[in-house]
Amino acid sequence: MKKQLKRQSNTGKDRPRIMAGYNFAYLDEQTKRMIRRTILKAVAIPGYQVPFGSREMPLPYGWGTGGIQVTASLIGPEDTLKVIDQGADDTTNAVSIRRFFSRTAGVHTTTRTREATIIQTRHRIPETHLRNGQIIVYQVPIPEPLRFIEPRAKEVLRMHALKEYGIMFVKLYEDISRYGRIAKAFDYPVLVNDRYVMSPSPIPKFDNPKMDCMPALQIFGAGREKRIYSVPPYTKVKSLDFEDYPFEVERWSRCCALCGSDNSYLDEIIMDDRGSKLFVCSDTDHCNERVAGGYKGNQAESIEEAQISTGTGARKCA
Amino acid sequence: MCMKNSDDIPLLKVESISKYYGRRIGCLGIEFELWPGEALGIVGESGSGKTTLLNCISGQLEPSEGAVWYSSNGGVIDMCNAPEPQRRLVMRTEMGTVYQNPRDGLRMHVSAGGNIGERLMANGLRHYGQVRRRALNWLEKVEIDQERIDDTPDTFSGGMQQRLQIARNLVTRPRLIFMDEPTSGLDVSVQARLLDLLRGLVTELDLSMVIVTHDLAVTRLLAHRLIVMRGGKAVESGLTDQVLDDPQHPYTQLLVSSILQP
Repeated sequence: MKKQLKRQSNTGKDRPRIMAGYNFAYLDEQTKRMIRRTILKAVAIPGYQVPFGSREMPLPYGWGTGGIQVTASLIGPEDTLKVIDQGADDTTNAVSIRRFFSRTAGVHTTTRTREATIIQTRHRIPETHLRNGQIIVYQVPIPEPLRFIEPRAKEVLRMHALKEYGIMFVKLYEDISRYGRIAKAFDYPVLVNDRYVMSPSPIPKFDNPKMDCMPALQIFGAGREKRIYSVPPYTKVKSLDFEDYPFEVERWSRCCALCGSDNSYLDEIIMDDRGSKLFVCSDTDHCNERVAGGYKGNQAESIEEAQISTGTGARKCA
Repeated sequence: MCMKNSDDIPLLKVESISKYYGRRIGCLGIEFELWPGEALGIVGESGSGKTTLLNCISGQLEPSEGAVWYSSNGGVIDMCNAPEPQRRLVMRTEMGTVYQNPRDGLRMHVSAGGNIGERLMANGLRHYGQVRRRALNWLEKVEIDQERIDDTPDTFSGGMQQRLQIARNLVTRPRLIFMDEPTSGLDVSVQARLLDLLRGLVTELDLSMVIVTHDLAVTRLLAHRLIVMRGGKAVESGLTDQVLDDPQHPYTQLLVSSILQP
């Protein structure tokens, strides 16, 4: 674990060379201007989905084409980039996008939330509190929260324009009548700045409260759907709910097996063919930081041993 | 301007409404007034412009000429030129539309309770228990078994779907309801039951109603006054019994004489 951290911060310090034949951060300057204009508009109207001319990127739709375009338009040579996928820094998507920017923009990359100036994320918000000055870029598959209940795009635009969001509550009503509670666990709709209903991208609803009055700037990019929207720093974000069924986040009866954290979002991992389970932090940086700080979960040693002996192990501790 | 449900102005005043589809006429120069608590029937053969007229006055279609004045709780508004938010607010609080095909008026993948609750939640109710209670109450009123509250309308029979559509519209206690052939997809016995139910609700809630139909029996039961349409024009109008018992226009005479006598 420690070894890996060291290696990655080293690549950052070396300042990788920009690959020849590419413009800084891959996109051409005209495109970046267009996306920056879109971002400005998005910041000016919190929660409103601004259309933009999404470009083809060298990765398939659904892998973060929207987020990567936003990051490419924002990033400068002095920035430090962190990319996470479901909270982890070491998954394929995160590794590729990080390498993409270190090659095309020559920027420092990091896995540490505190050191990053731009964090591109897929489906999580880091556990570490973000501070003012940082930017978090979300990858969004479907930006329209009303789509699954009102399929007519024209009608949906009108509903946003006139702030007619009753239909969103029909969805919540259906959940309660069917399951006895609001069963939506991710992509939980929020009301931004008391005006627009927004899809927070498929983050678990556990992360929704972190969006409320977050000091960092939040920008959402949907490449296939060609939309960018934003929540500026210190903006009110409220998760929709009923008076008698208030919004609640998930809780676990266990702690992280590696770092013993009892207030972070936990992943359940099947360990072997007998189906034994392990609960660990989904945010790898948070977990590593706690372990480095001397916190220990109940299975920390046994897992490290297993890794050393087999050379593989839980995906957390590569 | 601000009058509350006063008896000296009509609820709805339609001033020579015309609608052209290119050079073709949808309806031409139709005028009428609708008073609180009154039911107006619009009859005519298919293609005579009944539905076009209904869509124009219910705010779903913009007429080519003419004006529609509606005296809402907040004052008289011009339904054709009012700002969209105001018009839509009035349409979802004070008006309702029951369609011929329940698929047009219901959300088929949403449960019966959700369908009834939609308007309540659109109007700002954020309490699940209350939405639920009022949905149950309305299911009872339209004679649907309360146990069916969590079933989707596609598991309902045609008559039940139509009754659910009525409940969904009436839950916010509107003052004016538009009906486009509400009974024509149903068999005769179900029709009779639905009409009976409607007649009861109209009296109970003091509803005004514009009902479009080609079935003279329906108008005889529900409508106080009648407009007979043909080729987009109103050829005859008057009290229902008067028009049906003593038709003046040759077309109305034909229409009345074509009812099968048992």
